[in-house]
Amino acid sequence: MLTGKVISVNGPIVKAVDLRGIKMFDIAEVGPDSLIGEVIRLVEDVTIIQVYEDNTGLMPGDEVISHCRPLSVLLGPGLIANIYDGIQRPLVGISEVCGSYIEKGIKLPPLDLEKKWEFKPSLKAGVKVKEGTILGEIQESPLVLHKVIIPPGVSGTLTTLVGTGEYTIEDEIYTIANGAGVYTGKLAEYWPVRISRPSRIKKKPFVPLMTGQRIIDTFFPIARGGTAAIPGGFGTGKTMTQHALAKWCNADIIVYIGCGERGNEMTDVLTDFPKLIDERNGRPLIERTVMIANTSNMPVPAREVSIYTGVTLAEYYRDMGYSVAVMADSTSRWAEALRELSSRLGDMPAEEGFPSYLATRLAEFYERAGLVETLSGEDGDITIIGAVSPPGGDFSEPVTQHTTRFVRCFWALDKVLADARHYPSISWIDSYTEYLHDIEDWWKDLDSEWLSVRNEVMNILLEDHRLQQMVKLVGTDALPRVQQFILIVAETTKNAFLQQNSFDPIDKYCSPEKQFKLLKTILDFYHKGIELIHTGLSVKDITALGVVSEMVRLKSEVPNDKTERIDEYGKRLASELDSLKENMTGI
Amino acid sequence: MSIEVEYTKLSGISGPLIFVEGVKGVGYGEIVEIRDGSSEIRIGQTLEVDEQRAVVQVFEGTRGLSMKDMRITFVGKSLEIPVDRDMLGRVFDGLGRPIDGAPQVITDSMMNVNGLPINPWSREYPRDFIQTGISAIDGMNTLIRGQKLPIFSGSGMPHNLIAAQIARQARILSAEEEFTVIFAAMGVKFDVARFFIDSLEESGVLTHSAIFLSLADAPSIERLITPRVALTLAEHLAFNEGMHVLVILTDMTNYCESLRELSSSRGEVPSRKGYPGYLYSDLASIHERAGRLKDHKGSITQVPILTMPSDDISHPVPDLTGYITEGQIVLERELFNKGIYPPIAGLPSLSRLMKDGIGEERTRKDHAEVAAQLFAMYAKVKRIRALAAIVGEEELSELDKDYLTFGTSFEKQFLSQGYEENRSIEQTLNIGWKMLSLLPKDELYRICTEDIQRYYIPETECS
Repeated sequence: MLTGKVISVNGPIVKAVDLRGIKMFDIAEVGPDSLIGEVIRLVEDVTIIQVYEDNTGLMPGDEVISHCRPLSVLLGPGLIANIYDGIQRPLVGISEVCGSYIEKGIKLPPLDLEKKWEFKPSLKAGVKVKEGTILGEIQESPLVLHKVIIPPGVSGTLTTLVGTGEYTIEDEIYTIANGAGVYTGKLAEYWPVRISRPSRIKKKPFVPLMTGQRIIDTFFPIARGGTAAIPGGFGTGKTMTQHALAKWCNADIIVYIGCGERGNEMTDVLTDFPKLIDERNGRPLIERTVMIANTSNMPVPAREVSIYTGVTLAEYYRDMGYSVAVMADSTSRWAEALRELSSRLGDMPAEEGFPSYLATRLAEFYERAGLVETLSGEDGDITIIGAVSPPGGDFSEPVTQHTTRFVRCFWALDKVLADARHYPSISWIDSYTEYLHDIEDWWKDLDSEWLSVRNEVMNILLEDHRLQQMVKLVGTDALPRVQQFILIVAETTKNAFLQQNSFDPIDKYCSPEKQFKLLKTILDFYHKGIELIHTGLSVKDITALGVVSEMVRLKSEVPNDKTERIDEYGKRLASELDSLKENMTGI
Repeated sequence: MSIEVEYTKLSGISGPLIFVEGVKGVGYGEIVEIRDGSSEIRIGQTLEVDEQRAVVQVFEGTRGLSMKDMRITFVGKSLEIPVDRDMLGRVFDGLGRPIDGAPQVITDSMMNVNGLPINPWSREYPRDFIQTGISAIDGMNTLIRGQKLPIFSGSGMPHNLIAAQIARQARILSAEEEFTVIFAAMGVKFDVARFFIDSLEESGVLTHSAIFLSLADAPSIERLITPRVALTLAEHLAFNEGMHVLVILTDMTNYCESLRELSSSRGEVPSRKGYPGYLYSDLASIHERAGRLKDHKGSITQVPILTMPSDDISHPVPDLTGYITEGQIVLERELFNKGIYPPIAGLPSLSRLMKDGIGEERTRKDHAEVAAQLFAMYAKVKRIRALAAIVGEEELSELDKDYLTFGTSFEKQFLSQGYEENRSIEQTLNIGWKMLSLLPKDELYRICTEDIQRYYIPETECS
């Protein structure tokens, strides 16, 4: 243990002396309240510490203590359904101790130390074990089977292992003997947040993360183990999109990081998720969710660390072979925290005051996503979806620009769509995905035509975008009839497919099958319509059919398990269009 | 607590900052009392301390201070103000000292003006609809009890009238509960403050309101404390006394300018337009103090007003505010010039908490759909107007012309209303349906068939 003293305080940046031997990123306890801080720079005799809590009243001469341990999170059963601040302090526990407000200097263990967990061993003492060996299981929540795994870096002979029974996270569960001595294992372990947990190999992602959101799954899909960014100015629906993904994507575990955002939004998740039922297993969504809430009014340095805390928890579950999705809302607030701290350190600013290491930090964060073979030999993956809040909605700012270099999926939110309350307001012009070919085979198992149907409708949308420029100048009526019809089909696609109401009981989640059928119906309508136009019909003749306007209601009237109704509708549409044709030729 | 020691040695005065030498045992964020030759005591706060020196910001400004004859005491705690129910009906300066001639409020409760962050776990999700009587707000950008919903305005536009109308008319549908109004003015002119005081007085709200004034002629640094002082009283009234408090903060742009002034005199690295990099966090520490708490009866609803320099919504102040608040009411110059009151812009305005505060049993079942449909149609009107400007109205299709008629009626009948006019939510939605019925049923694709049957007004009845 080292003891030093404070020599200066400037906001959350504290300088201390007499801590020779302390390492970079070690934890220090500062002042009479033992505020938690982290060493971020060493200059000759001076140690520079960023304090994670409000340090009002701290003065030169106050004591600093360090145990020379890096900032770590406690990993073990009990994380699921919990909510933490940026440095893994349990918010429920804090409210029990100090009421509605977070008082400074409060310290509580992240996991319940007294709760007994039913542990079932799957090995017997005496065998050779190594890092990644699975020792047993705990049913952590009805949805999550928690595997107890030998932590990275430990191997040898399993000398003891407890039998089936109830244990707390502080009880000794197993011992491993090797040349270096004896390692005693418990149900929970510490891991430094800034270091990614090891795995055997990284693999190429190939399964899509199904989100139930049509524009994402069909047009801009993301693979499990992929990375995506959602940039958008305020009011474009970043948080609503993140919420929808957290609710309906088919990952096993969700880590939701509210990083520098609104308190009420976290409360929304907290009140909503216990009530929302996952259709696939009939259990509340909260049973697969871990939340990190470091809202905008909570200390800024803890915001900086919150995304590392979140992704470390994700890696812990990935190592058990789960598919984990991390929602980080918003990475811009994290970058701003970085900027604020670097400016207090007097760093030379790069673009817009952000430090020059912004890009490196972003890259490190997104690189922790991926599909891996875990140390246990199973497949596990982490998908990272980061919201970006560009100032003024201008995507040329540094955070958005650097993020695009490290993500392979870009869901650009469009102010114009949001203004028309077209949600999700993901622009089909500015967004892109690089995963299309990685996951194509998965979709082709559902229907071999998938890719061509998707591409054809996409082309209609792109053509519409081009035509709209012209419409702005000459109006719709001046266009040739074929082009007029393309505008109609594109409009239908926007209203009947792209726009999705996340508060509608049926429309909120759309199964892959329903997505494909809706898309196919639109495309068939297009083909048949173009044919009719060529025979001389006008666009109005087609749109006058009542059956056409029904198309926009399919998404909210046909449940996921009754998609045959879309087929029926398709037949009806086809026959009415055919009869138009007959009338034509009949004349 | 440290023993009070007087320091006399300054090494510099720069803008609102003084640099005190030789200090010992002084904490970060501590309150400082500064006495010059006169009897006046100025108040400041330490921004930075090291072993020899403390940097102090002086709330009353440094005009008239010299390096000589100064006596500086560090109080050993953060700024606290007395809070009490008796503060209602009173007028205070920007630091919470009475300026209405009546004596200081006597109370034992002192609260730190900086407050503490609310634990997200302890928040209660706001969902009680507040009827403001203004259609553009109630119908399309509903205000919810515990929300922070700013008014983004421009110079010359009637943001003050709208805020006063909200303060006067706001009520909860289910219960006859009234709002306590706390009004904080930062850097606004005296007439603006006078207007609010008068309109609160006329409507009889003044007796249960508290007013904090840091007017344009007050030192700019004082404005940094004013909203915090107001919110501290609000927190006491809401969460200790169980009242519903509506806090009006005007003008937040002035607040941000004071922050920029302070930051540049400290020589900090600026981010956009010279504003400090921590502007977002600083504004959040004010706006996040709105809300409701579990197991507490009261609530704090914030309506901050800010003027967008040259009506630019991407200016750092409105931009960062929009990222913190739960929506925004944007006033539009074009509507204002057309003589429409309130000139609340149809599209960029938004209430994020609306979705859970409306609907069956709260307002009316069709509310969400009507709002969504009106937004979608008005967006289309804007597109058609742009087209009409080029090809001429004559060239438009019949449907497009219907949309234009809808657009005009929407602005004239739905958005537009009197300063004294208090519309119930029923009235607002019925006007909404009257507007929607100007277009064919097939266009109402955001509304379910059942509601169309129930509320749509066929053409025959329409005229």
